Amino acid sequence: MNSNTNIKRKKDGYYFWVGVFFFILIGAGALLWYSALQIDYTWRWYMVPRYFVANVETEVKSEIEGDAVSVTQKGENTVILVKGPDGSEEYIVPGNDIRIGEGDIIYAGDTLGVYKKWQAGILLQGLWLTMKVSIIAIVFGIVIGMFAGLARVSANPALKWTSVTYIELIRGSPLLVQIFIWYFVLGTLINTLLTKNGLPDLPPLWYGVAALACFTGAYVAEMVRAGIQSIHRGQTEASRSLGMNYIQSMTYVILPQAMLRILPPLAGQFISLVKDSSLLGIIAIRELTKATREVVTTSLQPFELWFVCALLYLILTFSLSMFVQYLERRTLIQ
Amino acid sequence: MIDAKNVYKTFYVPHEVQALVDVTNKIEAGEVVVVIGPSGSGKSTFLRCLNHLEEANSGQIFIDGVDILDPKTDINRVRAEVGMVFQSFNLFPHKSVLENVTLAQRVVRKRSKEEAAETAMALLRKVGIDDKANVYPDQLSGGQQQRVAIARALAMNPKIMLFDEPTSALDPEMVGEVLDVMKSLAKEGMTMVVVTHEMGFAREVADRVIFMDNGAIVEEGTPDHFFTNPTNDRTKLFLSQIL
Repeated sequence: MNSNTNIKRKKDGYYFWVGVFFFILIGAGALLWYSALQIDYTWRWYMVPRYFVANVETEVKSEIEGDAVSVTQKGENTVILVKGPDGSEEYIVPGNDIRIGEGDIIYAGDTLGVYKKWQAGILLQGLWLTMKVSIIAIVFGIVIGMFAGLARVSANPALKWTSVTYIELIRGSPLLVQIFIWYFVLGTLINTLLTKNGLPDLPPLWYGVAALACFTGAYVAEMVRAGIQSIHRGQTEASRSLGMNYIQSMTYVILPQAMLRILPPLAGQFISLVKDSSLLGIIAIRELTKATREVVTTSLQPFELWFVCALLYLILTFSLSMFVQYLERRTLIQ
Repeated sequence: MIDAKNVYKTFYVPHEVQALVDVTNKIEAGEVVVVIGPSGSGKSTFLRCLNHLEEANSGQIFIDGVDILDPKTDINRVRAEVGMVFQSFNLFPHKSVLENVTLAQRVVRKRSKEEAAETAMALLRKVGIDDKANVYPDQLSGGQQQRVAIARALAMNPKIMLFDEPTSALDPEMVGEVLDVMKSLAKEGMTMVVVTHEMGFAREVADRVIFMDNGAIVEEGTPDHFFTNPTNDRTKLFLSQIL
């Protein structure tokens, strides 16, 4: 194609409307700022970074009772030797902020020294947990959805009706309710059974993951079904006429094409999942939203923190959609 | 090689159509049979019944002595011996030309990667398209795609080849290249059943021509008999319309 044909003439007033767009954008920001001024809200953006990484004071405590026999400097660290009736123990404190002297009597739990350590703040921990929950749920969601989708198009009534029931149950009830059911009903049942058999409880995280994965699986199943049905009948006929059985034809011919076709709606579903993971705070999983809520309670800076929280979700979902677009382009070019 | 006895086939969706009515025919090994007839006459259905893409309602179909309507028959094993070429090619768009030809060899015949590729390249050379081995089907012309489809079917070393209107979806200038491949195949002694509207091909290559109308075989005979003095009125009408 001639490249000149791609250049469209800008319509009259184009730049005016571009201006309007930026006016709206800036206007909305200004309005927010102005209203915040009216209620005397003090913006303290400098408070935010500490919830990402914090330089936390960490105490080195003695675990035994006895005397501090020696306090010696060894390079950057300070080594404290505690000798007691039950043996002796050596403690290393980075730096030289020592809270005891040589010859002091030490009780178990006494602070020997203090040092500062960089730690991931609560928001970063929450972000990490959100990513972890989402990724695990996406992987399981794909697996569940793939099997349920295949069962959905199967001719076997047991497989087909099981799949239909699953999909309709999941799609017909709110995710919040499903999370409650997973945690309070199934969680109680499963953990009781585990305890009775002498096994440790499953932490809430896994019930949250299960709820999200099952929820997503139902939607993925419908997409897989649509994807399979969108592949032309001739593809099945060609592969079967070559002697492939149903499973071979699905594995090598139909599914690869179907999956490629449903990549865009799948991406949308996974973006939803990342956002829906914010509901998991209600079952004591400290993901990003719950972390933000906790930080808001301690810092009393809700405006900044909720904006930051939204922005972090935006970064997650945007990278996910970029990744899927990359996959799509890579498979299309080949 | 192919023995069809009293085959009936009725479609109920979207509405009831008797596609095959008491079709009986025997095709010998090495024979090239061309099936002609107006659209909706059941010729494609007959062909598709021969490899069980459609299941006949009643009657018997033996392929190389195996009753394919017997539920105990492993139909996949029979299909591996019966190659099929479709009107719309049906190449696998997500696989390269070479992979299209090697896939079933590897999956069904369990050949090694090297062996399958070797067979595939030999066949692609035969159909004159070996220079496009690593290209994807959508970059090929219709005639080239159909030749790849023929190579794909031949890669299974079938005993029978079924052609379902192989040139109907092609631009006129590409019909010749596909027919040439089919002609050379016929010369090699392949058993072929060809549904087509290419009367020139029928006259030149066929050992026998079958004319179908309304789901039944109305007339059959050598091309000579067929094109010079057909006996049935419906055959005469059909030939007068297309020739």
